[in-house]
Amino acid sequence: MVEKKKTTIILFSGDYDKAMAAYIIANGAAAYDHEVTIFHTFWGLNALRKEELVKVKKGFMEKMFAKMMPRGADNMGLSNMNFAGIGPKLIKNVMKKHHAVPLPHLIEMAQEQDINLVACTMTMDLLGLQQEELLDGIEYAGVAAYLADAEDGNVNLFI
Amino acid sequence: MNANKVLDAKGLACPMPIVKTKKAINEMQSGEVLEIHATDKGAKSDLTAWAKSGGHELLDHIEENNVFTFWIKKG
Repeated sequence: MVEKKKTTIILFSGDYDKAMAAYIIANGAAAYDHEVTIFHTFWGLNALRKEELVKVKKGFMEKMFAKMMPRGADNMGLSNMNFAGIGPKLIKNVMKKHHAVPLPHLIEMAQEQDINLVACTMTMDLLGLQQEELLDGIEYAGVAAYLADAEDGNVNLFI
Repeated sequence: MNANKVLDAKGLACPMPIVKTKKAINEMQSGEVLEIHATDKGAKSDLTAWAKSGGHELLDHIEENNVFTFWIKKG
């Protein structure tokens, strides 16, 4: 049995388009039989947020952050041509026309393909995000766990 | 060409043709042939590379009316 190749992706960005690129590569790598990990840090954590409002105890700053950041993948903005939120609506229409898979569906597919979705716990603390607010079935880790995956990785991306 | 299984991936965009092909191949026995129909322009490069990397054999492919048909033998 040959050892599986590994793909590790750091998703730092909270932009819809960049996250889409990350998840397309991740799903492709899983189809290549790679063991795939996406390590979500900083704004990339918002891709893992549940869309519904989860009641958790937060301080003032954490509440402000929670309000200002997009709740879930579908509510993220574009890195370019966001036009105060109109851009994502336009691009989603274009995507439908071209049968491109929307980001929330790509994330579901990643979970079905057993891709390890990891949330960086240090930046969760900084942004005031709690486990209850993030998707079920994900892992929580820090830099060491990421490096353990990346050091024998074959593909390693920072998005 | 005789195929053991046919996968219709027409109209699907990247990365779906590869993801679906992988799923279909997983359910097949070694030596069996999968026939794939796709319309994605990148499918030819994608499936060729994918088959090679996974140890499968791309037996043949044709393009007709903007539809690509591939035959991949599971390795």
